[in-house]
Amino acid sequence: MSTDAPTPPVRKASPARRLKRTVSHVLLAAVALLFLYPLIFAVATALKPPGETFASPPSLIGSDVRWQNFADVFTYVPFHRYILNGLFVAGAGTLVVLAASAMSAYAFSSLRWKGRDSLFLVFLATLMVPQEVLVVPMFLLMRELGWVDSYASLIFPWAFTAFGTFLLRQFFRAVPYELHEAARIDGAGPVRIFLRIMLPIAKPALGVLAVFTFINFWNSFLWPLIMINDVSERGTVPLGMQLFFGQNGNQWHLVMAAAVVSVLPTLLLLIALQKHLVKGIATAGLGGR
Amino acid sequence: MATTPLLSTAAPGRGKPRKRRRPGRRAEQWSAFGFAGPSVVGLGLFTLFPVAMAVVMSLFHWPMLGEPSFLGLDNFKYLFGEDPDFGVALRNTFIFTGLYVPLNVLVALGLAFWINNSRFAQLWRVLFFIPAITPMVANAVIWKLLLQPDGTFAYYLDSLFGISAPNFLADGRTALLSVVAMSVWQGFGYNLIVFSAAINEMPSNLLEAAQLDGATGLRKFWSVQLPLISPAMFFATTMTLITSMQVFTQPYILTAGGPGNATETLVMNVYQAGFQSRDLGLAASGAWILFAIILLITAVQFLGQKKWVHYEH
Repeated sequence: MSTDAPTPPVRKASPARRLKRTVSHVLLAAVALLFLYPLIFAVATALKPPGETFASPPSLIGSDVRWQNFADVFTYVPFHRYILNGLFVAGAGTLVVLAASAMSAYAFSSLRWKGRDSLFLVFLATLMVPQEVLVVPMFLLMRELGWVDSYASLIFPWAFTAFGTFLLRQFFRAVPYELHEAARIDGAGPVRIFLRIMLPIAKPALGVLAVFTFINFWNSFLWPLIMINDVSERGTVPLGMQLFFGQNGNQWHLVMAAAVVSVLPTLLLLIALQKHLVKGIATAGLGGR
Repeated sequence: MATTPLLSTAAPGRGKPRKRRRPGRRAEQWSAFGFAGPSVVGLGLFTLFPVAMAVVMSLFHWPMLGEPSFLGLDNFKYLFGEDPDFGVALRNTFIFTGLYVPLNVLVALGLAFWINNSRFAQLWRVLFFIPAITPMVANAVIWKLLLQPDGTFAYYLDSLFGISAPNFLADGRTALLSVVAMSVWQGFGYNLIVFSAAINEMPSNLLEAAQLDGATGLRKFWSVQLPLISPAMFFATTMTLITSMQVFTQPYILTAGGPGNATETLVMNVYQAGFQSRDLGLAASGAWILFAIILLITAVQFLGQKKWVHYEH
């Protein structure tokens, strides 16, 4: 980092500099490889025969490439069920989050009404409350509603976050006043303006919010752990993964196969949408962990 | 987006003074209720109401089944006095945070400066972010296998360094450190992206001016670059501190809080009090203590920022 000269983009680097840069890249690649080792190791173990998990010396390649392990994951426990449950909960949860936050963001940014700004402050204040404070009374609430062991209990409690409203409001605020006025003169009501003008403009923000919301639901662990007793019926993927421990000794090769399967959707989203996700984190503090 | 201050609560300016009375004011009020309605009702029912309930519950002996009875502050007295686990959980959470946050920030910062010189910066950002986005449970079970007594880490520690490895997750001296190591590996990619974006936005004229003044290497880093990205550092450390106080899944999967209670954290304590010992009032009290600590840490961060965070470019 101490090597950048005051002159902007150098086209032809000196041999010494080029060497330095190459060394830096090779080292960086080595660090990245070391960093990714646990994930590579998981894939490798998932493909090895059961008895070779603890082979010494450790080897990434077993005596056989056993794709059967991945099939076994689905017969050992109803893993397809967890995947479908997880996709459904995350999908439905994301839709509710997007709809509710886009609508309220519109009300808070573009409509004029009594109590708007003080109510928005209340919204902001809720951002401070950590999930742990809510979890205990929320459990009672779910029991009162008869929602224990239900999809609804996984979807609704966390679907009304002030964060989405806050993020989209920032977007809507940037829409010029003239655009509203022109639409109004053309006879468009608030619903029309919302659907035809605001939503299309907020598409990038909606997309990034959708991806992070989906991933949060998919990965969520503490709340499903509390709410779901009947894991085989209503369990999500993180809950289901625990079932490979215990009863018949730890089925490590199956645990690794299950872990690889559970990682895939999030990894695919990351690869497909990397630019947007990186931007969402850097500019809007999304996905904060 | 990047230039709008995200934390401004001021009413949105319209840019134009309003003179004409627009027809349908009342209609606008009603449609606003319609648009804001779902979120207002949802937040009321699923956030404000539970918060109020949590206050009440913390003052009661509130068994999962059976009648609640009023206790006053006895739950809190019990947690700080007689509970054999709460104090340990508090200590473990602070040790975890004290190790995790600096390590996370240092690794993220170092790598951010390193990769920003590279033509493939975006590739590295995405690579190091992978475990931050994959399910925590999956990350933890993978590390659990690596950390087994006859696992990969133990083998290489022995064969490369000649150190006979402890049973990482079952040894009181290494269990919490293992949880920290796994968490840093999992989490720093997030801060790496935050820092890397801040480094990209450093104004080049300032860097050049510093260079002309003869500031190089460490000097340039300390006196120019670090202050320039201090707002990002502030954001990252604050967020990381908050999430680190709430650590749950990693110790739950890796060690289940053991050996003994060597890796039990505050949130695990809340979970156990409420859903294993079935004492919801005690769990609510524990959660409030956690919230109070988080508020305190955040307040200290905000008060302290004047000393080291520079907002103007």
